[in-house]
Amino acid sequence: MATFESGLRYSESHEYVRVEGEFGYIGISDYAQHALGNVVYVDMPEVDDEVTAGEEFGAVESVKAASDLIAPVSGTVVEVNEALEDEPELLNKDAFANWIIKVQLSDPAELDNLMDVEAYKAHCEN
Amino acid sequence: MNNNQTTRQPLPSLTGGVGGGSFKYFPHTSEDLQEMLQACGVSSVHDLFADVPEAARFQRDYNLPDALSETDLRLFFEQLTSPLATQQLICFAGAGCYDHYAPSVVQNLIERSEFLTSYTPYQAEISQGTLHYIFEYQSMIAELTGLDISNASMYDGATATAEAVMMAWSNAKKATRVLVSETLDPKVRRVVDTYAHFHGVPLQLIPAKDGALDRDALDRELSEGGVAGVIVQQPNYYGIVEDYTGVAEKVHEQKGIFVINANPSDLAILKTPGEWGADVAVGEGQSLGIPMTFGGPGVGFMACTEKLIRKMPGRIVGQTLDNRGQRCFVLTLQAREQHIRRQKATSNICSNQSLMALYVTIYLSLMGKEGLREVAEMSYAGAHTLCDKLIATGHFRLTFPDKPFFNEFCLDYDGDLDALLAEATECGYLAGVKVGEKTLMLAVTEQRTPEEIEELCEILNK
Amino acid sequence: MEEFTTSQIHSTLPLEGERGGGLLGRRLYGNLIFELSKKGRKGYSLPQDYDRTHTTAELPAALRRTEAARLPECDELTVVRHYTNLSHNNFGVNDGFYPLGSCTMKYNPVINEEIAAMRAFAALHPLQPAETCQGALEVYYNLQQSLAELAGLSEFTLNPCAGAHGELTGLMVIRAYHEATAPSHRTKVLIPDSAHGTNPASAAVCGLEVVEVKSLPDGTVDVDHLRELLSEIGPQVAAMMMTNPNTLGIFEPRVLEITKMVHEAGGLMYYDGANLNALLGECRPGDMGFDVMHINLHKTFSTPHGGGGPGSGPVGVRKGLEQFLPTPRVVMENKEIGKGEAPASSNSLIFTISHSQSAPLSVGSFFGNFGVMLKAYAYILSLGREHVKQVGPLATLNANYIKERLRDDYLLPIQGLCKHEVVFDGLVDKSTGVTTMDVAKRLLDYGYHAPTIYFPLLFHESLMIEPTENESKETIDAFIDVMHRIAQEAKTDPELVKTAPHNTPIGRVDDVLAAKQPVTTYWKSVESR
Repeated sequence: MATFESGLRYSESHEYVRVEGEFGYIGISDYAQHALGNVVYVDMPEVDDEVTAGEEFGAVESVKAASDLIAPVSGTVVEVNEALEDEPELLNKDAFANWIIKVQLSDPAELDNLMDVEAYKAHCEN
Repeated sequence: MNNNQTTRQPLPSLTGGVGGGSFKYFPHTSEDLQEMLQACGVSSVHDLFADVPEAARFQRDYNLPDALSETDLRLFFEQLTSPLATQQLICFAGAGCYDHYAPSVVQNLIERSEFLTSYTPYQAEISQGTLHYIFEYQSMIAELTGLDISNASMYDGATATAEAVMMAWSNAKKATRVLVSETLDPKVRRVVDTYAHFHGVPLQLIPAKDGALDRDALDRELSEGGVAGVIVQQPNYYGIVEDYTGVAEKVHEQKGIFVINANPSDLAILKTPGEWGADVAVGEGQSLGIPMTFGGPGVGFMACTEKLIRKMPGRIVGQTLDNRGQRCFVLTLQAREQHIRRQKATSNICSNQSLMALYVTIYLSLMGKEGLREVAEMSYAGAHTLCDKLIATGHFRLTFPDKPFFNEFCLDYDGDLDALLAEATECGYLAGVKVGEKTLMLAVTEQRTPEEIEELCEILNK
Repeated sequence: MEEFTTSQIHSTLPLEGERGGGLLGRRLYGNLIFELSKKGRKGYSLPQDYDRTHTTAELPAALRRTEAARLPECDELTVVRHYTNLSHNNFGVNDGFYPLGSCTMKYNPVINEEIAAMRAFAALHPLQPAETCQGALEVYYNLQQSLAELAGLSEFTLNPCAGAHGELTGLMVIRAYHEATAPSHRTKVLIPDSAHGTNPASAAVCGLEVVEVKSLPDGTVDVDHLRELLSEIGPQVAAMMMTNPNTLGIFEPRVLEITKMVHEAGGLMYYDGANLNALLGECRPGDMGFDVMHINLHKTFSTPHGGGGPGSGPVGVRKGLEQFLPTPRVVMENKEIGKGEAPASSNSLIFTISHSQSAPLSVGSFFGNFGVMLKAYAYILSLGREHVKQVGPLATLNANYIKERLRDDYLLPIQGLCKHEVVFDGLVDKSTGVTTMDVAKRLLDYGYHAPTIYFPLLFHESLMIEPTENESKETIDAFIDVMHRIAQEAKTDPELVKTAPHNTPIGRVDDVLAAKQPVTTYWKSVESR
């Protein structure tokens, strides 16, 4: 069963943002990693790349599926989770602990367009 | 084919025109048909098409010949291959298709039905034969090209090159164009142009100077930036072995990729794409054991650096273990491909030229390290000998003097080239390919005997 | 990673006990050719009497490779045994029933191989003068014409090397037509959501934007949705791509309406010939209103799949689009001269090679896969007018028979007639936890190739069976019995099915390991040990 973490903001395409000050940690939800199965590769942007809310910034691949990563918020990439390069399965182990990119938020108001955990839970149940 | 046709009446039948047991590829007897139709709850096979609108139904006979018996079929094709209809010429032509020797074993093993009649190896448990040889093929191509990764093969050298152009384009973030050398085979360039036009890749042609890429022109283009990739050929279209020293570094400075279209047979001797610093090598593998067969099927190869593995189009076979702990092979990295990524796939290709890759694999297994070198030496020696002798006739001169060539070269002729070639054809020789008003391009492989070289020189000494 | 040493070279690994009757229940032959190599051996012989005045040592060192390629060194018998042993790990149409849906695994007639291997064809250089290869050009031309007749279209190009290549070529032809006739902004292509993934991929490579047309619950095109889309974006629509019968094996009942609607909006209709086999003898794409199509010679016209290729994907067009086909083309100069007869002399050229077209498209170096064309043409001549007509009906009968006989144990989501293939949605009884994957793998134990699984995506447990016209009632009955037996096993011994296959050279593979740390060459595998 998928777990849900409160305190994060979620998108319909199953990405989350954990906000810490002016930064946001973006990853995929536990529900998403369950749906994908064994993750074998994470395609990530480079530091200093710009990401735009609603647009793809990378992809997560399992053996039989590939899923584009859609940025839930806009901003500049300040860090990518390099551990995922060698151990993409970390996303299966703990999707919430293993964020994918850290961005400097360019428009925090965008967070209001995202769901809280209750709304997201309902979204997944549908 | 009228003279070979036998006229037969359509077979009578109770089941709507489809007779039972009437043809060697159809096993259905009248009895079978009745039982099966009954199980389906219909009385005629045509009832199974009741959902096809009347206006779309095909209600007449095809305008095709009557069926030929196997005997007649053979006769028909024997007639088409008689010397009058299809002439076997002694081949001094190349231009992307070469008359090389292949040990008899190659064709014999290719025809094994387990290889020939199987599908794409999606069911790994019963496809280890195919997966295994593709893994060997990939290893051999990687070794020849000096690169890390090879895909499982593609349609032909031209489309593989076009795929490389699209790969360079999708790999680049802020590029404005891909540079293509004018010394790339014009047939390949036409395919590249076609793909690029529709895919929306701006191409920039870098002109040739004395039969080789104009390095000053290349440097000028590169200095303007925005280059997603540079595509060159080695040996180039005219047979010249070009010096690409320093190109890779300049392309890499702007994060572009350097693509070399190579003839894999020559890579026994020539500096590898990997050694030139290329990121991608592509080309036509026909020269590795595949008969010419009027230009197809051949096999396109593509190899790349480890870094680009997920950008590479086409199938890839990887090693893994089964649940019994045995080493085995499987199609891998499929998340790049069309059946998963649909319109976001790295390419629309969803097959390879598997059987042609098997030709290459068996050929290279037999020829091995020494054999391929010997082929290259013989071809090189033959071409240079022929070149010397033709120049000595006084009617020919090198089109691009002082440029090193491998086993193909261009000569300018001082007379009527068309007439000369026609005369050679009369004598049973394909004396090369006309590549300019006065320019003849000749290729020599290890198949050409000293006698044939001598005779061709006599014929061309006009 | 397991160590592989030479001690294993000639061993055959023991398998679990016989649990089925699989044809491949023998052994795994596991060596790589590199592991059989020994310095100094060779498997070829070349003449030694040639003029050695020139050697490659003349080339500047900067142009030569520094180390010899590490290719294997083997004697001839070693190579023969190696590949013969490898072939035993494969399963082809000649080994047994191959009901792989959407792939049309029909019998590949042996006579066709004999013809394609004829020395005069094999030794033909593609740039030979036309007067020296009239026989080859005649085959080429006649195949173009035969396909046009079978498809109900005007002209064909044989240049594309595969189905996907044909699709791309066909879309290029469509774009070239729009560019030439009305340089509008027709950049969108309508594709049913049930289409093969290749359709959208080809469209994207061709620079077209994909717009999905929804399917109805029965898998056919939602014509109302199509109408909506056309009213919204009609002027931007370059084409609609359709497979008919569709990917569920169902004939699109409203196809005439669909082609009319798209034509009225100014778009062209593209026919994906993947499922053409069903219609041979009954229905032609041109008559349904399609403008452009490709045919897979390796499906409908019996040429072998060769483990994934070479195929051939000729593209046909209706009248008025011929000038947009790619070059080169083979044309008949004098249609009056005895059709099909070998030319009397080189002075009376019948067939010539044309490079002039209004849109200069080119999709390959030479003429396409000529060797494959020979086989397809031999097949058409063998069948002739009368037997070509039986192909679709017999293939369709076989599929419907399977549908009726298996629907008690396998869930049939769409009632009514199917065409050349039938799709089930897994077992009727889902309580055992046995999936379509398990059924497919268990079939391997019994000596059958698996059907296509998990496609189409419309159902969760798709199991798509295509029997082809070449299969006898006995073969099909035996297959049906095994399918029933597996359904029983799923109830009585589900573990047996879930852990299948047991009787194949290898068991289920770890494809996660393969994708996570790709080892795609021998050299890398040596490194990673």
